[in-house]
Amino acid sequence: MQYLVTVIEEFLPGGVRADESGSATPDEDGAIAEFNRRLKADGHWVFVGGLASPSTATVVDNRGEEPMITDGPFLESKEHLAGIWVIEAADLDAALKIAVEASKACNRKVEVRPFL
Amino acid sequence: MTSNDIAEAITRVHRDEWSRVVATVARRFGDLDIAEESTAEAFTVAVERWPRDGLPPNPGAWLTTTAHRKAVDRIRRESKRDGKQKQAQLMYAEPPEPTGVIEDERLRLIFTCCHPALSMQSRAALTLRLLGGLTVPQIARAFLVGDKAMEQRITRAKAKIKLAGVPYRVPSAEDLPARVGGVLAVLYLVLNEGYLATGPDSDPIRLDLTAEAIRLTRLLHALMPTEGEVTGLLALMLLTDARRSTRVSAGGELVTLAEQDRGAWDAELIAEGHRLVRERLASGVAPGRYQILAAINAVHTSARDIRDTDWSQIIALYDQLVVLDPSPIVVLNRAVAVAELDGPQVALAIVDGLAAGLSDYHAYHAIRADLLRRSGDGRGARAAYDRAIDLAGNTAEVAYLTRRRDQLG
Repeated sequence: MQYLVTVIEEFLPGGVRADESGSATPDEDGAIAEFNRRLKADGHWVFVGGLASPSTATVVDNRGEEPMITDGPFLESKEHLAGIWVIEAADLDAALKIAVEASKACNRKVEVRPFL
Repeated sequence: MTSNDIAEAITRVHRDEWSRVVATVARRFGDLDIAEESTAEAFTVAVERWPRDGLPPNPGAWLTTTAHRKAVDRIRRESKRDGKQKQAQLMYAEPPEPTGVIEDERLRLIFTCCHPALSMQSRAALTLRLLGGLTVPQIARAFLVGDKAMEQRITRAKAKIKLAGVPYRVPSAEDLPARVGGVLAVLYLVLNEGYLATGPDSDPIRLDLTAEAIRLTRLLHALMPTEGEVTGLLALMLLTDARRSTRVSAGGELVTLAEQDRGAWDAELIAEGHRLVRERLASGVAPGRYQILAAINAVHTSARDIRDTDWSQIIALYDQLVVLDPSPIVVLNRAVAVAELDGPQVALAIVDGLAAGLSDYHAYHAIRADLLRRSGDGRGARAAYDRAIDLAGNTAEVAYLTRRRDQLG
């Protein structure tokens, strides 16, 4: 099965950091790179990507007559998506084990959801 | 056999075989929905056929075979409809992997139902539905929620197990200790639902549920004899169950601890419970919630009568419990002991402070009614008994509370 592991970023006091650039520290980068190497070696790696901050987002809505292009994220919230992993795992237990490591490596909360 | 005998036999078989059939089918097909529905279908066929054809020689095997057939039919239907062969292949798939450290099918089902990726309430609801065979309304009552909400919760939990790939297996030895806490909570809930069974048509004590909770806890204890909380929960269950026969009168009324015939308590179960509590004390390891509750019950079952009870020790144990679990229900139960030591009015002051969190909890009103009665406030007591009767789901408890209320001047 494939699972989406999303990285949850918190900018506010009490969050990981107040700095809205949101980029990983050199230590975190190193831990993530090492974690990705292991994912590949163990056959769990499908895809990984970090995302720029929500202030760089653009919402597109073309359900009406004219496409609407709007600056900013679709949701204003304390927490937002900072990046994703797509992993291959036998079942949820295996996926959760990997997610536990992923959270440690990137130093953030992660959410695990199966692909249909 | 008369039709009455058949009806009784079906009820008995349902109690004895439901969880085994569900567990066997779930293991074979790896799908809890299919397991539950095909088991229910098999029982429906039994209800139609057995009165006409008589009981099969081995009802459990008959039900398992029928449920298997129903499951295969269902998978064929669904894979035809979906245009997929994936589910049909399940039937011919390799047998599941070796069963790991726990051999009991039902325990494997419990660990699946009690997966940490599910909410605590979903775990308990699933276990009661799939292991206990309780109906959705019965489970809804146990959790004080509506039938519809409970139905949705169970459906969502089963969907999550299926879609998210929660494995149908016992956790590996290294993961076992962490997963046990959730299982114990569920087993304790099952015991309580059996010990104070709800529903206007239910027996006041459901021996099937209490026996199942104890059987599974014994099995867990045999596997993990050094896990203190497993030992504690088993001791707590045995000491509770030892009083069972004295807890409901011949007339179907609840008998309180103070009025129970202590000579009729099950001495063997009490001895075993006390031995387990002493074993935990001797370990020197700080006790958890179930060990403390077991110790409280050990004090109760050591007393020759209610006046002989060491209430200060019981309060000291509750103080330990409040540190671990400061829930209003723990504080409420502590207040009952306080009433014995310091009088009903001291206890009433504590209980009145819990109103906000417990206003829908029948035991809160029942305890408050008793304290008001003992404090001489007949009017207040009557109102509290009325509220407790409204909320209580156990027939023996309703009978007891009604008599108490009607005895008020």
